[in-house]
Amino acid sequence: MPLIELSDVWKVYDLGEVQVEALRGVSVSIERGEYVALMGPSGSGKSTLMNTLGCLDRPSRGSYLLDGEEVCDMSLAARARLRNRRIGFVFQNFNLLARTSALENVELPLLYSRGVSARQRRRRAAEMLEKVGLGDRMDHHPGQLSGGQQQRVAIARALVNAPSILMADEPTGNLDSQTSREVIQILRELNTQAAITIILVTHDQAIGRHARRTLVLRDGTIVEDTADFARALAALHAEGDGDGEAHVVPPPHLPVGQVQQPR
Amino acid sequence: MHLLITLRIALRALRKNKLRATLTILGVVIGIAAVTAMVSIGQSASDLVQGQFEALGTNVIVIFSSGHRRGPVQQGQGAMPKLTASDSEAIATECPAVLAASPIVGFGGQVVYGNSNWRPREMVGVGIDYLTVRNWSLRHGGFFTDRDITSAAKVCVIGRTIVAKLFQTTNPLGETIRIRNIPFRIIGILETKGANLVGEDQDNVIMMPHTTVAKRLRHTSFEAVDVILVSARANDRMSEAENEIRQLLFERHNIPPGEPADFEVKNTTEIAKVLDIITGTMTLLLSSIAGISLVVGGVGIMNIMLVSVTERTREIGVRMAVGARGGDILRQFLIESVLLAMIGGLMGFALGVGLSVGLTAIINTFMNSVKWPTVISIPAAVLAIVFSSAVGIVFGFYPAWRASKLDPIEALRYE
Ligand SMILES: Nc1ncnc2c1ncn2[C@@H]1O[C@H](COP(=O)(O)OP(=O)(O)OP(=O)(O)O)[C@@H](O)[C@H]1O
Ligand SMILES: [Mg+2]
Repeated sequence: MPLIELSDVWKVYDLGEVQVEALRGVSVSIERGEYVALMGPSGSGKSTLMNTLGCLDRPSRGSYLLDGEEVCDMSLAARARLRNRRIGFVFQNFNLLARTSALENVELPLLYSRGVSARQRRRRAAEMLEKVGLGDRMDHHPGQLSGGQQQRVAIARALVNAPSILMADEPTGNLDSQTSREVIQILRELNTQAAITIILVTHDQAIGRHARRTLVLRDGTIVEDTADFARALAALHAEGDGDGEAHVVPPPHLPVGQVQQPR
Repeated sequence: MHLLITLRIALRALRKNKLRATLTILGVVIGIAAVTAMVSIGQSASDLVQGQFEALGTNVIVIFSSGHRRGPVQQGQGAMPKLTASDSEAIATECPAVLAASPIVGFGGQVVYGNSNWRPREMVGVGIDYLTVRNWSLRHGGFFTDRDITSAAKVCVIGRTIVAKLFQTTNPLGETIRIRNIPFRIIGILETKGANLVGEDQDNVIMMPHTTVAKRLRHTSFEAVDVILVSARANDRMSEAENEIRQLLFERHNIPPGEPADFEVKNTTEIAKVLDIITGTMTLLLSSIAGISLVVGGVGIMNIMLVSVTERTREIGVRMAVGARGGDILRQFLIESVLLAMIGGLMGFALGVGLSVGLTAIINTFMNSVKWPTVISIPAAVLAIVFSSAVGIVFGFYPAWRASKLDPIEALRYE
């Protein structure tokens, strides 16, 4: 049984005047321990897909089986528990709590887990920070850390509850190439040594190259799913229908050409 | 999530913005301080009134003549006295609900002892049961006897103020004072009574047998009486006593049915009730003003919590992304506002206690004859805390609910 199985997933944003189809029938399955890069032009639906996979968002249509369980039917609370236990998030802008120490930032997911004592919380958070090489920065606030260090704190936070999946949406988007490499190195070790499934969105080909599998998204659909990065590149640079933006479906009563673009 | 952790998160959030937290709770501080001070001062006012009535004598009924143009002091000079000493005696013996009765004959003037003189606030002629009626007692010496009354003896009993004014060094018992050049022997000294409701010194008094005042000082008949003071046997027998007195006096004064009475019967509980209602209304009024300021304080908390939720939208998004449920977020913000309000409530209570202590101290220095009591009740403290927590819950709920309903993706994207 695959870890993740999406079948014919649609995400439609209803903006009243128009409907934006951010995902148009995405079907994909991902096994445990995979390292998947999600690439594609801006607006192609990468973040939407990530949020769906991360149980932050619910698809408009289709089915999402996580470990054999249907996520689409779950309650808000059940999805919150999934995010807490099974999934770790790393964001482009780190999203650490300001004026809160690195240690306490890392402890955060454990606060929402039942049955973790204060001592255990502290110990596990400290361990995680050691792992990402920040054992000497535990009491530092995000404002006192460099971008790379902040992202490493975020990775420690994502991992502290021992999730099986790590989702990273452009984790190196705000970092220079040197620190990017450090962060990617950590992710790769996590994948190879801790067997954590990693799904990451990136625009950086140097980073995409490291993944063992690349999904190329365009207009809300997967146009290439390959282990051969050269093919992925080809698909990325292929002439698409337009700019790669999601489809905007005009309401039936409006003649084509008078469609308003979504804001 | 554990309550203790939530509490710590809330405390930390408040500490990060101390000035704002302080300004936010100011409304609640003032509201609770006002409630505390008002309730406490209102309480002490009604305690004071209560105390005054107990000092006046319990269950007291006053009878005075009516329908007479001239004032009671001159009454009897020429005209037939309407109320008489025998009326008083009859009331005491024939009305079962009456405990004691005493005639009162008023008089005014100078008192001389040696070469000092003094003008007492009150010089009254009374009967032998007067102290029983007034719930008063003697400190030294004795009171008049029946023989003193029948012989219009030249004896008197004096209050503490007279002692202080005329007898700095000598023991007044057995000494002789002169009123209108008539010598009076002091046979008793009264217990201290303090000031009455309007602040008059009740110890500035000289009492004599009513016959003495009538005959020797006012030169009217033995029987002449201004007022009869009666005390009922119990508080719940007041109206019974009044009815008996009315019936008796109608008979004794030969007033045919339907004719207006030539006397009036009043009781002090009626007055006490009115005063109670007045102080009660005052307390209610002041408390509702205080309550309004509490609502204003609550709105202040709500306002700041709404701002806080907006400011921390991203934080809420992050918490949700790592597994916080709507309920966790709701609790976090609710506890924060309750904490805010409760801290405000405690500070307000302390301030209110200080205020009422200060105010009673000021009242007591300016009205030195009255001892205004300071009342600080434990129920008021509990009420203040419960009240402020309720304010926190009521006004913190909406912002907390809004926070809990945020969409995690939009919250994370919020700039
Ligand atoms: N909340 C929303 N309401 C309406 N449309 C939305 C919303 N979120 C995303 N979209 C639309 O869905 C499409 C896909 O957006 P998404 O954020 O997934 O793109 P992306 O591939 O992550 O782009 P980028 O590389 O710029 O991050 C876009 O056209 C976007 O305008
Ligand atoms: Mg994106």
